[in-house]
Amino acid sequence: MKFVYTFPLTRAFCLYLGQVALLALETFKSILAGRVRWRLVIYQIVEIGFGSQAVVIITGIFTGAVFTAQIFFQFDALNMSTAVGPVVSIALFRELGPVLTGLMVAGRVGAAMSAEIGTMKVTEQIDALRALAVNPVDYLVVPRAVAMLISMPLLVGECICFGLLASYFVATQILNVASVFFVHHMWVYTHGKEIVMAMTKGFVFAIIVVFIGCQQGLSTKNGAVGVGRSTTEAVVISSLSILMINFFLTMGLNIIFPAGGRY
Amino acid sequence: MSATSVNLIEVRDLKQTLSGQEILRGVNLDIPRGETLVLLGQSGGGKSVFLRHLIGLMRPISGSIRIEGEEIAKLDERELEPVRRKIGMLFQDGALFDSMDVFENVAFPLRERGERNEKIIRDKVARSLELVLLQGQERKMPVNLSGGMRKRAALARAIISEPSCILYDEPTAGLDPIVSDTINRLIRRLQSHLHVTSIVVTHDMTSTDHVADHVALLREGRIHFTGSLASLHSSTDQVITDFIEGRSHEID
Repeated sequence: MKFVYTFPLTRAFCLYLGQVALLALETFKSILAGRVRWRLVIYQIVEIGFGSQAVVIITGIFTGAVFTAQIFFQFDALNMSTAVGPVVSIALFRELGPVLTGLMVAGRVGAAMSAEIGTMKVTEQIDALRALAVNPVDYLVVPRAVAMLISMPLLVGECICFGLLASYFVATQILNVASVFFVHHMWVYTHGKEIVMAMTKGFVFAIIVVFIGCQQGLSTKNGAVGVGRSTTEAVVISSLSILMINFFLTMGLNIIFPAGGRY
Repeated sequence: MSATSVNLIEVRDLKQTLSGQEILRGVNLDIPRGETLVLLGQSGGGKSVFLRHLIGLMRPISGSIRIEGEEIAKLDERELEPVRRKIGMLFQDGALFDSMDVFENVAFPLRERGERNEKIIRDKVARSLELVLLQGQERKMPVNLSGGMRKRAALARAIISEPSCILYDEPTAGLDPIVSDTINRLIRRLQSHLHVTSIVVTHDMTSTDHVADHVALLREGRIHFTGSLASLHSSTDQVITDFIEGRSHEID
């Protein structure tokens, strides 16, 4: 404990982590207690899930396309061009799909959540909710959390699907990789565990984005300047958290779902 | 104190410190049921902070707040909800939800309390808007309302659940004299129609003269004076006369 109080940055980090954890705890308690406003959840699914599709699809398409091209340029020199399919597929499922979707959603939705809740905070709208006997966590955070936990894994799946389609198109139509080998090798080397890993990461990144975005919004101070700062911090903190936690997730999940093998 | 006591709210030795500064240094105040109490004081003197304690938006460092006999100072957010349902609050800038139009803002407390019958909601919203003279503005968004209209819409939202007490935080701040007069008349009108207890925080003496049954003056974190409006005006206390006449001794 002495270490925590000796270094102000460590202390601030622990304090922030504690606030996010408490918000998450309160949110899950509300969800378990059935205090979920489904009308608002549907609205948030439209905002988060439907509204993020263009960003996620474009990210998936161009990531799949460029990664395919790079892998092809390297592998073709070794006469391994048909390995492009499985390499791109595993990379998209295990890393690129979840991480890039997480970063895109953090930029688009995390920022919007923080700005919206932050503006409500500085204009006393959150106090008005409390004065009207409405719990702000139940009203603002729970619908966003439920919607995000539903939407993010689906967005990850969508990003991967479009990445694979773009990869197939670039490999077979532009780089002249034999279609049958591309598909066959991709099919053989991509397993159910890759899908589980992608969905697990999507779920974890959803938790990171929603609770950091909402916590930043709820702790906003100092008017418009504060809203701007909260929004920026929400994006930066959630993006960095995604990148850092992704490493530990990869190491942990690789123990449960080891990479390699034909099945 | 029983629930039928003459006082709706009793505050004892309320203390609050913000950013190391003592804002409330032991406030003692009784607020009689069914009457309008105006809490006067200088800007930054802790009036709004005091008001926020009465609805549990702030928790005191020490002291007691009893509403209808129930101690609320130590209640958590969930335990405060039944207490808050008995109290309406008008925030300084209205605090309307800017994602909703006027109708949805006013209907919000009803929907949140489980009312699903649209006809009942429409009727109650219409009645509330009529009481605050805002008929015909239902579909306007808050951003398209003037300052006075925003406050009236917020007032309609505060009264729709028929609270036993309404808290007004600087209801005339930032409004021109005509709109201020309208708000003052509304406060009186609501009190006579709904028989609510009203607590008005202001530093506007014109507003005080319009609406007050009782007056309290908050100074340096304590209640310096309580009494009727007449006794305020007849006081010879230098602090009170300076406040009423708007005299400053800071730069002589």
